[in-house]
Amino acid sequence: MGYTLNFNLIWRHFDKLWGGLLLSLELAVISIAIGIVIGLVLAVWYVSAGRVVRGVIAAYVEFIRNVPLILLVYLVFYGLPTVIDVAYSAQTSFVATLALYSGAYLVEVFRSGLEAVPRGQIDAGKAIGLTPWQRLIHVRLPTMMRITLPALSNTFISLFKDTSVASVISVPELTYGAQWINFNTFRIVEVYLVVTAMYLVTGYALLFALRLVERWYRTAR
Amino acid sequence: MATSSSDSPALLDIAEVSKSFGSVEVLRSVSLKVAKGEVVTVIGPSGSGKTTLLRCVNFLESYDSGSIRIDGREVGFRDGGARQRRSEHDLAAMRAETGMVFQSFNLFPHLTAAGNIMLGLTKVRGKSKSEARAIAEHWLGRVGLAHKADSLPAELSGGQQQRVGIARAVAMEPKILLLDEITSALDPELVGEVLAVVRSLAEDGMTMVMVTHEMAFARDASSRIVFMADGGVSAVGPPKEVLAAETTNERLRSFLARFRASQF
Amino acid sequence: MLGQIAYALPFLAEGFALTLWVSLLVVVLSLIAGVILGVGLVYGPAPLRWAVRIFSDTIRGIPILVLIFFVYYGLPAVGVHLQSFWAAVLALTLFKTAQVVEYLRGAVASIPKGQSEAAMAIGLTFRQRLAYVIFPQAFRRFLPPWINGVTDAVKGSALVSLLGITDLMQAINQVIGRTYEAMPLYILGALLYFAVNYALSYASRRLEQRFTFIRE
Repeated sequence: MGYTLNFNLIWRHFDKLWGGLLLSLELAVISIAIGIVIGLVLAVWYVSAGRVVRGVIAAYVEFIRNVPLILLVYLVFYGLPTVIDVAYSAQTSFVATLALYSGAYLVEVFRSGLEAVPRGQIDAGKAIGLTPWQRLIHVRLPTMMRITLPALSNTFISLFKDTSVASVISVPELTYGAQWINFNTFRIVEVYLVVTAMYLVTGYALLFALRLVERWYRTAR
Repeated sequence: MATSSSDSPALLDIAEVSKSFGSVEVLRSVSLKVAKGEVVTVIGPSGSGKTTLLRCVNFLESYDSGSIRIDGREVGFRDGGARQRRSEHDLAAMRAETGMVFQSFNLFPHLTAAGNIMLGLTKVRGKSKSEARAIAEHWLGRVGLAHKADSLPAELSGGQQQRVGIARAVAMEPKILLLDEITSALDPELVGEVLAVVRSLAEDGMTMVMVTHEMAFARDASSRIVFMADGGVSAVGPPKEVLAAETTNERLRSFLARFRASQF
Repeated sequence: MLGQIAYALPFLAEGFALTLWVSLLVVVLSLIAGVILGVGLVYGPAPLRWAVRIFSDTIRGIPILVLIFFVYYGLPAVGVHLQSFWAAVLALTLFKTAQVVEYLRGAVASIPKGQSEAAMAIGLTFRQRLAYVIFPQAFRRFLPPWINGVTDAVKGSALVSLLGITDLMQAINQVIGRTYEAMPLYILGALLYFAVNYALSYASRRLEQRFTFIRE
């Protein structure tokens, strides 16, 4: 194997990767934040709703989960503007797509968490005279968080990795940066080694941080 | 039924066996001989090492020093001095010489009652399917479950599962049967049916070593009782002696006091 | 507009067939590799266990897209020339293998220790214990998540369109390039992917119910 590793060109263009990583994180954070709101609202609505609403929410979840993200990204960026009169940047388009995408996964996580809240806790809430709204805020949601945190952490990491798909509509995140260096320097093995390390370190650092949050949540108060 | 071990040659010979988990000594130089046809019951407080001792006999647990021989052959280590673990194949063959019944039954959930019994017969003993099936049916009949041959474990009650567990062990015609708290996981009303099976095996002359908390049963069915405390043998003898109320052994007396009120 | 799309249907069908073919190859190859590595992870000697652990954690820690580019562009750089089709299959198989390894580890770990002990007690050897006691039970726990995960292979296969392979995703993009009917074609594509994956996840739910020993 006559290939000698040479990382010089990678370091020269490292700003592309570093900037890309920061953008990846930004895309993930904003999308997930919106996704959490979608997920929470729909999950709470789902567990108390009638059949029609449940059907609609389930259809959204099943549709998103069974279609490739790349197709959804194309659909929102290239498809939607042909039928409705809107204009948005690739970055905005991707954030909207990943928010909808993460929303579908998070509805599932939150819904199963809500359904796992023990009956006795809700009864206890009723017994001390809490209103339904108070029971939701003070009993069901905190208990649900405790139950769902591990699954939630895994979903977040997975969504962070999904930001790489933004590169297909030229959003200059980390994978896009990798491809740029790939095509402009041809230090192919080197750039993907570095990018692999960057994804791994970031992903496991996020996981570690989330595990700390889990532990804090379990012991706090 | 043989009642003494001193004059007949030992079928099972446990000699000065010691074992530690980390810094905790679970077995301290335990010695015990069991003659053919004997029923030896091991009693003692939890953590006294009785289950560990039983699991050493078929080498589910290894031990640090001493020796355990069945019919003169070392169970876990190669013959001839050096403490070298037997090969996987030899170990399997040695284990087939003992039968074990577990506290939690451990029936194979994907096999029927007959299938549980047939597995060892076909794969270890090399019997044909039809031969194994006949043996399985014979033993299921012995434990009163002939009609349950094709039921899955999940379809059986705890007592029925445990009786299949016993049939699975004895169908292999082991030299010794090891019974590890086999009624502890059962509802009280199911204990009797399982103990009845053990009693009938004892009457047939099956050599058994059992760990149990059923003191009345131990008194009636055992040739000898071994009382273990802190990983060592603290008292051993015929049931009447060991379970005597006037024993001078402090540990034994306080242990027995806990049972006396309810069981005797 | 519908006429133009109808005209493109055979072309889309070819792409769809390629998507199914890539997915099938990936699913079969990763099952074989994953089970072998998974057994190595659970029962192998320490160096093998570490190697499989590092393999699995690395693959699962990076985006599939990065893995696909790494394999596709990286292999020729070090002198290994594969057709883009096989490079794509290799990359997706690596990704899927890491998943299979984890499913297998989880399935075997879920079998109570008493099962091994009971199998030892009747004198079964290591291989016999695996073949007759552990695997038949682990299989039933392995199957539902595995079938569920097959949808990941189908969804992941859409990324091979980026390597110029004419799968369903790429076929759709090409037809859009000619007809400019973006929205109907994306929706058609989404429905096709949905149909395959929904059928798969429905099957996994059915199997899950069928393979439970304890009927409660």
